[in-house]
Amino acid sequence: MKSGIEEKLAILADAAKYDVSCASSGSNRKNENKGLGTTGSGICHAYTEDGRCVSLLKILLTNHCIYDCAYCVSRRSNGIKRAAFTVKEVVDLTINFYRRNYIEGLFLSSGIFSNADYTMERLVLIAKKLRTEHRFNGYIHLKTIPGASDELIKQAGLYADRLSINVEMPTEQSLALLAPDKKREDMIKPMRFLQSAIRQNLDEKKTLKHAPTFVPAGQSTQMVIGATPETDLQILGVANAFYKKMELKRVYYSGYVPISNDNRLPAIGTPVPMIRENRLYQADWLMRFYQFRVEEIVSPEDPLLDIEIDPKLSWALRNLDQFPIDINKADYRMLLRIPGVGIESAKKINAARKFNRLGWEHLRKIGVSISRARYFIHCDKEFERRDLQPHQVRQLILSQTQSKYKPNFSTQLNIF
Amino acid sequence: MTIVQYDGSFEGLLSAIFEVYEYKIKQASIAVEEGTYSLFGSLHRVQTDTTKAERVLKTLEQKLSKTALSQLHKTFLSELPAMENHILHYVQYVISSRKPVENDYSHPDVLFLQQTSRKVHREKHRMEAFVRFSLTKDGLYYSIIQPDFNVLPLIAKHFKDRYADQCWLIYDTRRKYGLYYDKNEVSEVQMEFAANMQDKEQLLTLHHEQEELYQRLWQQYFSSVNIAARKNMKLHIRHMPKRYWRFLTEKKPAIRLADDHGRPMQL
Repeated sequence: MKSGIEEKLAILADAAKYDVSCASSGSNRKNENKGLGTTGSGICHAYTEDGRCVSLLKILLTNHCIYDCAYCVSRRSNGIKRAAFTVKEVVDLTINFYRRNYIEGLFLSSGIFSNADYTMERLVLIAKKLRTEHRFNGYIHLKTIPGASDELIKQAGLYADRLSINVEMPTEQSLALLAPDKKREDMIKPMRFLQSAIRQNLDEKKTLKHAPTFVPAGQSTQMVIGATPETDLQILGVANAFYKKMELKRVYYSGYVPISNDNRLPAIGTPVPMIRENRLYQADWLMRFYQFRVEEIVSPEDPLLDIEIDPKLSWALRNLDQFPIDINKADYRMLLRIPGVGIESAKKINAARKFNRLGWEHLRKIGVSISRARYFIHCDKEFERRDLQPHQVRQLILSQTQSKYKPNFSTQLNIF
Repeated sequence: MTIVQYDGSFEGLLSAIFEVYEYKIKQASIAVEEGTYSLFGSLHRVQTDTTKAERVLKTLEQKLSKTALSQLHKTFLSELPAMENHILHYVQYVISSRKPVENDYSHPDVLFLQQTSRKVHREKHRMEAFVRFSLTKDGLYYSIIQPDFNVLPLIAKHFKDRYADQCWLIYDTRRKYGLYYDKNEVSEVQMEFAANMQDKEQLLTLHHEQEELYQRLWQQYFSSVNIAARKNMKLHIRHMPKRYWRFLTEKKPAIRLADDHGRPMQL
């Protein structure tokens, strides 16, 4: 027999797991009141058997929901067990897990019961109790409930490190198809409100030393990938707009896990599009850390990311005229664009070449993946590519590297 | 070649480096006492000397950034064979160069320190993640670890800052010492564990009455958040190598609750 709390935890953690965000970084709460907890660069305390990081206690307050979104396991019409935590239960679980060093904090979301404000109020109350009664300085990520009042969202921002609203579908049409009760505008509006409130808070902080902290780790959102027919061009375009126009900290891509026999959705048993999801994250990284513009990664002529090779290599092969580059001279921006050179290696090359002309052996020791990079660089006049065509380089690299996804290629490709 | 022996402490290593200069020892090879004996070459024993250690440190502080100094310390904590000689050659390179060379990754010892310190740093980070506290009846949160490298000195601050309002103990059973925090200061402690310490019955008498409940809830949570359709054991094991499993609550055999022991289940 399971205890009440154990069964609730099983149901409400299971229902929350499709939200992929697990970040606990980007905030910097010091434990100045000698209370409990700190936030910093974020720690993954465990990894599930699917290889995903467990950093936060990620649960729903309840999986009762008035909405009937086709892609969601908690949809009203789904015949599943329902449960709801009390405020005290969530607080006690958070504190006791945190004190045992299981977690970095709490990620609290909820199905929507009675109405948006009623639900949001309870989420805010839990965060408030943790911060004030328990002097908790760990990480708190709250879901903003679409349609909640500005006043409640503002309060949430005073206690939470991060707030997020999932746009769920990359386009308005898909949302209308799968979640007819929801409107994209209800998600965008609170995002805009938060964006301006965060900006205002940053301005205040410049002049007022003791201005309150407001959503220090910013906003994030999530899109479900592979449930609807959008191209990577559309998906990355939306993500780019969220980064540039809404100043979001993160966009998450969640490969659709079939959970329903609804004929608007891929059937149960369809493989999760994990490679595509991985390629999207690689593209996302190129935009955020590698100084790529979205148009360089996908275009109307090539609206889909290459499944077999990563988007950086793919870009390099389309732009072979910019290579080979001289590892001892090229500027940092170009170093970042060499396939097989990551940020760490680019930094090291940049530092080390001030002391010595770098040769292949240096590069290998620094950690450059020579099997890829050799077709795009030269050092000491040596250059491997000769007069190879893009498709030849592609074949050479593919034949030398074992893709961890290779066994999946044949079945995976069917679903796109 | 001259074998230079020291006592295994960081100060001892710095003293040894000092004496390599002081006695102009050519082709020195530094090793811990009772370690390597060589039939060839001579032996030089070093007495750990705070003044000498501090003088080396002072010189290095002038020549190196804080990051590089911390890399040097972390390399020492790696306890890897021959790390002493890499450190010695690094120090000699740094001292003999006019301009700063700590970023010269084309130099083998600079690269060794950078790469080794990164490994140690990764282990530090892992321990900040993988420590699992259990609560005793006396209100002590304790944890047992066996890290690959000697990272206790590196994690003290993190745990002191984070768990400022609870007493805790983190014990490294491989190196046989631990850190104890009494809500004020962190101190080094050494203790003996009874052989039956890990027995289920022993733990039940030692633990707070809700300890097993929370361990069970954590196990429940860990299995509930897994998405079976995405199973990827290779990735799982890469992030959580098997050697750590026996210290991780979520990877231990499922804890059975109350029914067997007649304990209350409510929070």
